[in-house]
Amino acid sequence: MATAGSICLAAALAICLYGIGASLYGARTGRREYVDSGRRAVYALAGMTVVAMLILQLAFVRSDFAFELVATHSSTTTPLFYRLTAVWSSQEGSLLLWVLLLSLWSSAILYLTRRKLREVAPYATAVLLGFGAFFCALLVFLESPFTTLAAPPVEGTGLNPLLRHPSMMIHPPMLYSGYTLFAVPFAFAIGALITRRLGSEWIRSTRPFTLAAWLFLGIGIMLGARWSYMELGWGGYWAWDPVENASLMPWLTGTAFLHSVMIQEKRGMLKVWNVSLVLATGVLAILGTFLVRSGILQSIHAFGASTLGIPFLVLIGVMIGGSILLVSSRAESLRSEHRLDSLLSREAAFLLNNLVLVALCFVVFWGTFFPLISEAVTGEEASVGPPWFNRYITPLALILVLLSGIGPLIAWRRATVANLRRNFALPIGAAVLVAMVLVAMGVTGSVPALLMFAFAAFVLGALGQELWRGVGARRAMSRDSVPAALVALVRRNRRRYGGYTVHAGIAVLFVGVAASSAFQSQHLVELRPGQTDRVGDYAIKYERPTSRLIAASNGRLERIDLGARLRVRRGDGDAEVVDTYKSYFPSMASDLGAISRFFEGEATSEVGLRAGLRRDLWTAVGPDIGRLQPRIDEGDKVFADASDLSEADRGALLAEALRGLTRSYTDDPPPATFRFIVSPMVSWIWLGGLIVFGGAAIALWPAGARARRPATAAGLARVARELERA
Amino acid sequence: MDPSRKRKTRLIVALTCALLLAVALVYTSFSAASEARQPSQLAGAEPGKTYQLTGRVAKGSWEHKGTVHTFRVEDRKGGGPTVDVRYVGQVPDPFREGREIVIDVRKQGAVFEGQPDSLVTKCPSKFTAEPKT
Amino acid sequence: MEIVLVLILVAVAVLAISAPLLAGRRVERGAAGEAARADLEAARDAKYAEIRDAEMDYRTGKLSDADWRALDRQLRREAVELLHALDELDGDAA
Repeated sequence: MATAGSICLAAALAICLYGIGASLYGARTGRREYVDSGRRAVYALAGMTVVAMLILQLAFVRSDFAFELVATHSSTTTPLFYRLTAVWSSQEGSLLLWVLLLSLWSSAILYLTRRKLREVAPYATAVLLGFGAFFCALLVFLESPFTTLAAPPVEGTGLNPLLRHPSMMIHPPMLYSGYTLFAVPFAFAIGALITRRLGSEWIRSTRPFTLAAWLFLGIGIMLGARWSYMELGWGGYWAWDPVENASLMPWLTGTAFLHSVMIQEKRGMLKVWNVSLVLATGVLAILGTFLVRSGILQSIHAFGASTLGIPFLVLIGVMIGGSILLVSSRAESLRSEHRLDSLLSREAAFLLNNLVLVALCFVVFWGTFFPLISEAVTGEEASVGPPWFNRYITPLALILVLLSGIGPLIAWRRATVANLRRNFALPIGAAVLVAMVLVAMGVTGSVPALLMFAFAAFVLGALGQELWRGVGARRAMSRDSVPAALVALVRRNRRRYGGYTVHAGIAVLFVGVAASSAFQSQHLVELRPGQTDRVGDYAIKYERPTSRLIAASNGRLERIDLGARLRVRRGDGDAEVVDTYKSYFPSMASDLGAISRFFEGEATSEVGLRAGLRRDLWTAVGPDIGRLQPRIDEGDKVFADASDLSEADRGALLAEALRGLTRSYTDDPPPATFRFIVSPMVSWIWLGGLIVFGGAAIALWPAGARARRPATAAGLARVARELERA
Repeated sequence: MDPSRKRKTRLIVALTCALLLAVALVYTSFSAASEARQPSQLAGAEPGKTYQLTGRVAKGSWEHKGTVHTFRVEDRKGGGPTVDVRYVGQVPDPFREGREIVIDVRKQGAVFEGQPDSLVTKCPSKFTAEPKT
Repeated sequence: MEIVLVLILVAVAVLAISAPLLAGRRVERGAAGEAARADLEAARDAKYAEIRDAEMDYRTGKLSDADWRALDRQLRREAVELLHALDELDGDAA
């Protein structure tokens, strides 16, 4: 089986190399059949990688420990869902996932443009296959997923329990989809530059992919944040860790590109800027993929120094060098056709938005790579922490949110000043009102947070006004009911209203970020059963300890849960029950005792969460297992002596011993350490994220046939006639 | 002002803002950063200065009473001098002897005091072979 | 067994990839004008979107009546230029 997989990968590499050659040859000589052959190579690559992934998945599902990857990342006690997703928890599997997704999206774009972009597409194909060849070469020569073990173990090491969370398993496919989808506009930009075909067609054809990339990368980032909040024991969702930053940077430049490209389409301006942005986004996407597996920066996710550092650096160097070369040599073709009409225009707002987004990206970049920079400059490796990031990100984020409300209120080209005053009245009023109400309520602890709330009110007020007026305008023309008018309005102006929805989501999201950062209460306490702690408006009582033994589907013991039952009451309200516990997964190391292996493996926290729109109560417990140590040591000794028991007897005895152990914890519990956090409005972050994704979906939705009406002959004639009449 | 002068002015304003931001960034990053040190490099540590300590938790050195933890940290590659760290708080779930950690510390007497909530345990490496503990 | 299946798959892939080459040389008709036409059509569609956007801006109160009529006239003029350019391309090809 493994050999079959290796053959797939070798064939995939060969196909990539052939495809590059065929596409370039076809492009240079104009021989169409070679270009078609190159495109088919992309389809074939997709087929090969799908089969390779299927072979690997099958091995995981069957727990075939002859595969080294399966033996080191899965076990028979791992549930089926996690066995399927464990494939990409490894270096090799994740590289395979990357090239698989790349080949799928590349096949899609090339199929959709098979009769268009005749000059650009072959070069784009070569670039996409170039990425494919790079990753396939890594898989074939350096990190093969199909290495086998001569003596397969009986049981695998198991999946790191920290990854046993649905979010964590969808997070890599989402992120990689984002990165690989950004490769599409990158490749077409390169093709457009090479062929000097820098009109609007390549942008229009790749736009759905750019938007999809932005959407998936955003989902991946959100999932990571949510996982951090729910699974890691610190109750935070963003730590400015290098790996988090690595995924944020291409998202920021991608956002800038999605805005500034609209200016290019309307006015033929900013061509150099746009092409630089899309190239930078592609480079940052590869950089993100590289950072996670390079070990060059200290990170909670630094997955160890590996042999892949040098090849990735070479690839990134080639991408940067090639991009700079192409852009500077095509400067003539990238000249702007027009200039900015007026500073009081949506174009100017977009330009400002771009500058803020690039500034944000630069701050994140500088802070992330600072250890390397400082080492180069001063010889000492130094790092900056969240306070430094927050100092710059906060004002920039405030400006960004404000702009996201201003943009929709200004007309394209040149706004009428008198109308401007009228349009800004309501949103400004909303902002001032919210600010005054909040100050009156005593919410004055944080000026940035107050500003953010006011700005968000401004944005939502502006968008609400836009929606209201748009519906009104539609109804004036068509006499639809309000809901029908709304639907028709959005359907005919998907990009505009999709964008407005995204802006609304961002405002909501930042309200959540501001509230939960500025007004959080946190306690770290040691409690005995019966004791109560007060956090925020909550009274939290540690009622009693809890314990559980969890068996896997095959009867073997999967984990031990030790935790606490809490009784929570807010103010005068009813008391609610909140359970939180820590799960202990056994280690497979052979030199550990039968009992102690359960406490030497991995442990994860199950957070006790009471989420709400106004606030979250977040609880986690750290049981003190030190008191159990004598019993654990005794148990180890008993089992070491009883090695002549049968498998079944041993299992039964082990279960009995562990039950006794957990009972002793609940019968005579030592004080446990608790972390309690009351975070206002954290749910607004997830809610805002969902609204953002909904907006992106609206914008992505393919326009129906009706919207393309002007392209018919009748439409053309009408335009000409109306002009003569005017 | 004629259009081209207006454009030039806008460009100069934008570039100046960018330059100011960049200078602020660079200056504050160098002054706000904490030096990353491994235990073997902490011999000449100045008391009261914060360092970012990276290393491995030494085997058999982790003791804790309630929320007060004490452990020894050695270089990532092992061997060499170790430093004693005292940390008040909850250690992250993956924290184990033999694991790599990152923590902000300040020298206090013979012991390095860990700054609250700064202890990060690196996810046991997914992308290289698990070191057999 | 699986190896045989995979080898068959590889053979199928090779056949699929080389099919266009075996079919012989394809004559490209009007390839040169294709790209220019596509760019013009994209520009034209973008111009139509601009006209619609301007009307939306007017109806939602961002533009005064006078400003909108002037802008609309200008945009339609630009649109007709693009249509003429497209017509010329068709004329060349005919």
